[in-house]
Amino acid sequence: MQIEVTLNNKKVTFEVEGNEFLADTLRAKGMLSIRKGCDTSCCGLCTVWIDGKPTLSCSLLAIKANGKNIITIEGVQKEAEEFAKVLVAEGAEQCGFCSPGFIMTVLAMKNELNNPTEEEIIHYLTGNLCRCTGYMGQLRAVKKYLGVV
Amino acid sequence: MKIVGKSIAKIDGLAIATGKPVYTEDLAMANALVVKILRSPYAFAKIKAIDISKAEKVEGVECVLTYEDVPNVRFTLAGQSYAEPSPYDKLILDPIVRYVGDEVAIIAAVDEKTAMKAMKLIKVEYEIFEPVLDFEKAEGHESVVHPEDDLHCNFDIGIQKEKNIVSKQKVEYGDVDKELNECDVVVEDTYYNQAQAHCMMETYRSFNYLDHAGRLVVVSSTQIQFHVRRKLARALQISPSKIRVIKPRIGGGFGGKQTVAVEIFTAIVTLKTGKPSIIIYDRKETFECTTTRHAMKTKVRLGADKEGYIRAIDIECLSDTGAYGEHASTVFGVVGQKTLPLYNKTKAVRFKGNVVYTNKTPAGAFRGYGATQGAFALECAVNKLAEKLNMDPTEIRLKNLIKAGETSLPYEGKLLGSSTLHRCIDKGKEIIGWNEKYPRREVSETKVRAIGMAVTMQGSGIAGIDTASAQVRLNDDGNYTLLVGSADMGTGSDTILAQMAVEVLETSMEKIIVHSADTDVSPYDPGSYASSTTYVTGMAVVKAAEDLKKQIIENGAKLLEVSAEEVEFDGENIKTINGDKILSLEKLAELMVLGTGNLQLVGNATYGSKVSPPPFMAGFAEIEVDKETGKIEVINYVAVGDSGTIINPNLAKLQVEGGIVQGIGLALYEDVKFSEKGRLQTNTFMQYKIPSRKDVGNIIVDFEESYEPTGPFGAKSIGEVVVNTPAPAIAHAVYNAVGVRITSLPITPEKVFMAMQQK
Amino acid sequence: MFALLNLLQPETIEEAYNILMQRKNNTVLGGCAFLRMGSKRIGTAVELSKLNLNYIKDQGDYIEVGAMTPFRDIEISPIFNENFNGLLPKSVSNIIGVQFRNIVTVGATVYSKYGFSDFITALLALDTEVELYKAGRMSLEEFLDKPYEKDILTRIFIKKNERKASYGNLRNAISDYPILNVAVSNINRQWKIVVGARPLGAKIAKSASEELSNRNLTVENIEAIANMAAEELSFGTNMRGSAEYRKAICKVLVKRAVMEVLQCK
Repeated sequence: MQIEVTLNNKKVTFEVEGNEFLADTLRAKGMLSIRKGCDTSCCGLCTVWIDGKPTLSCSLLAIKANGKNIITIEGVQKEAEEFAKVLVAEGAEQCGFCSPGFIMTVLAMKNELNNPTEEEIIHYLTGNLCRCTGYMGQLRAVKKYLGVV
Repeated sequence: MKIVGKSIAKIDGLAIATGKPVYTEDLAMANALVVKILRSPYAFAKIKAIDISKAEKVEGVECVLTYEDVPNVRFTLAGQSYAEPSPYDKLILDPIVRYVGDEVAIIAAVDEKTAMKAMKLIKVEYEIFEPVLDFEKAEGHESVVHPEDDLHCNFDIGIQKEKNIVSKQKVEYGDVDKELNECDVVVEDTYYNQAQAHCMMETYRSFNYLDHAGRLVVVSSTQIQFHVRRKLARALQISPSKIRVIKPRIGGGFGGKQTVAVEIFTAIVTLKTGKPSIIIYDRKETFECTTTRHAMKTKVRLGADKEGYIRAIDIECLSDTGAYGEHASTVFGVVGQKTLPLYNKTKAVRFKGNVVYTNKTPAGAFRGYGATQGAFALECAVNKLAEKLNMDPTEIRLKNLIKAGETSLPYEGKLLGSSTLHRCIDKGKEIIGWNEKYPRREVSETKVRAIGMAVTMQGSGIAGIDTASAQVRLNDDGNYTLLVGSADMGTGSDTILAQMAVEVLETSMEKIIVHSADTDVSPYDPGSYASSTTYVTGMAVVKAAEDLKKQIIENGAKLLEVSAEEVEFDGENIKTINGDKILSLEKLAELMVLGTGNLQLVGNATYGSKVSPPPFMAGFAEIEVDKETGKIEVINYVAVGDSGTIINPNLAKLQVEGGIVQGIGLALYEDVKFSEKGRLQTNTFMQYKIPSRKDVGNIIVDFEESYEPTGPFGAKSIGEVVVNTPAPAIAHAVYNAVGVRITSLPITPEKVFMAMQQK
Repeated sequence: MFALLNLLQPETIEEAYNILMQRKNNTVLGGCAFLRMGSKRIGTAVELSKLNLNYIKDQGDYIEVGAMTPFRDIEISPIFNENFNGLLPKSVSNIIGVQFRNIVTVGATVYSKYGFSDFITALLALDTEVELYKAGRMSLEEFLDKPYEKDILTRIFIKKNERKASYGNLRNAISDYPILNVAVSNINRQWKIVVGARPLGAKIAKSASEELSNRNLTVENIEAIANMAAEELSFGTNMRGSAEYRKAICKVLVKRAVMEVLQCK
């Protein structure tokens, strides 16, 4: 089956299987920032933006993505680096495997929420699991980035 | 110090944070054969017949291997220095399968779909045996997990295979039974911990290919490159010089990757087919078919006199190593080694017990490595003892814990080099508000808050065994290359080792290239485990840098035609003390590689320590318990540690925060369940819950720096000690909150509730 | 791994239903989050994106929700936050994460009658009806009790009234399956006590609800009625918890939910 999407602001056509999920389609296309950390839609590592909303690419059938606007971290490098620098200054990227999905969620949160409180930040980011950092450093970085006291 | 002690950003931080393709899967060649494993559905069985004929015929299948196609040479997967103290009990493929998930056949095909299609066509006939599933019934069970004749170990670890015993150990100083008899107060309890899973975000994967010289190049998400090379050589019966192992950026390890989990499968496929191959474990395979923490049953008897001096500690332990024995005896030994020395007013201490095989997922190395299990049991017992003695739990510790310069029975006269543990306890008390909050405060009719605490120690490398080498080379352009064999798994070890070299050479981070973890290039290093990288590899780096600095001064002086005593080096220039002659480092570097100097300068060092100086940590948990449901919420967790000099405060802090959260997972959320037939039921993130950011409360970290004379810049380790305090501290807080002692992990709401009903 | 031979995106609901009924293994796709975890063999998958079923509309008397509306939209919907004391947003807000809730749909969840579903428990405490293409419109309760019949759930209707409601649950880790969940609502002194994840799905504790509607609401009476609900319903044991524990927790959660409703404005 064929799908046509806008991927990082470029129109792209893919040939996909019926049971193929977007994460695999995107990785095959070279979007290697997308990681699969679990089999059960639990970890958030594969987060991309679908029509601007943070979504698990591992759980979205590629065929359902037809016609959608898809952004991966490769498509927002400048904004991603801006936050990544703050994260790295905290030492809170550690192994980095969860970082791209985490950053995509943080940037989505910045677009969606206006002046979030610490509680709202934690709530929005709950779907991004991390085994290395213990989450405190990530929160410090996000608060610094958003200018939250 | 200019660089050591500063929170330098990791040299790879920006690239990995923004998703650059620098991990194993990203680097694999596109046409690599995909390797999949057919696994046993039975916990204990023998393969009577296996028919791969239909599978082999599927278009796109390159090879299908069974136990008939692999060398009949047993080895251990454990990442340990040779000679490993782990039993050689494993074959690449074995006609006997010993747990649900054990490997039965290796399939290599052009893509995953084809491999899975072929897998379904493999017909296997099993003879099913009664599995050994309860580790408390393993000894003397009619089923023998490892009956093979060629099971052996380099050391006598006490294997009694007919009884399913992998290791039998006993260490005793003084007469424990006599001393306990004479104690005024004795407490006794038995503690259980579960087989915690590492859950590193990047699962296991490896790819390999044959290079231009016909050598096998392995690129793997591993912590132990040199051990992988050695084990592949043995398992495949080829020379280690024919193998190269490279570790790229990896997504976490926590000890899980201190085992050769997957590399053998792709290696044998590539050797047989000549083609590159890749294997990637999904999360389910990672849960079911790699290693876990050893589940243990630990009985502690603790006795004190009426002044509150702990006079006797008796630890009796049973450890479940699952289907294979990697790390079985060493983890077991650490249970006693990193608990008994803590309380040094003792007159007798003993650690004894067995490690047994069962037909379950194998256990292996996991951050803490036995100290975690020991800390849970001993610290819970000390807290129980404190109450019986009517002593504050911090007071009993301040009274009994070893101090720097003192010895302890297991140290056999050797003195503790450094410790600020007493200050850590005082500081922790202050931060959490111990005096105001201990033991509990009623928040409402249904909620109560309480605090608990625990202390722990670990090691820094394995004394007398862990040895690392390092090289620092002065390049022709005046920059340096630091060559190390350690494995940065996200911790930032590449960065802190560079910090150390930079400090010695008085240069800057921009001027040093770090190259690590490639067995063709790196000097030997055991790999990153046993909390050895900062302390052992670090010291090698410091000495190598000092060696190079000496050579720079000597050769610079020679070129300036003066003696070495007449010059000084400030990192940028070699100049005479009276200032009349000067040679820049760049110029020196250039001249040394040409005819003038005729000697490219390389600093070299090998370091192994006779001691393993313990880092310490004091942990304080403040929780809120819902009295009507038993639900526990972590409000605050304070951890104050002594890791000697802190090389990089940010990275050290992150290690503690991450370790505490892993410890909270062990304490409260990570439950392990097997079905009656031995199938692991908690094999997804949906069933096995690692803490999310809402599950952990607020974690506050501080350090009380000591100075460890044998460590680089006074540093000790930090990587493992951080995971040990939460379980006992939280168990203590639960008791203080609602009066029940939960002695098995995880401490679930149902356990608390049911215990409260029975009170 | 599941298999899927063909996928169609029909433009009308009739077309969707016809395709669905053509073959036994034709299936409607929801969010697909659970699909990837199973080994279902689907012939033709019917994908409903073109049917414009992603909406939440305030229709005056009732609130209408299309089947393809994701959980996240329920969570942030001003309509649902302003009605029923935010019951529905509360019931979904801690499910895994924002990215997950942007995928799972209300229609698929309700149609699948998941035992652990917090959303169904909450819906059942309100005056909820569902509409299926073939079977028509019926109360949620009726639908949940109905034996399985292949159909397409298209819309959910929630009566917009002054129901005051409270949602409660017990889980170990916050994104875990619930050990038990509870929703209690009250309108004009008519109470509904709903308990779900028993581990079986949401059920109204009828006797307890009636008793609550008739009695004086003293703390003792509320406790007694919570016990009644625990006695009236059945509980089972699974990996999350034992039947005994669930029953004990039922008493606690029901009592708390009732007390909370009494505080509601």
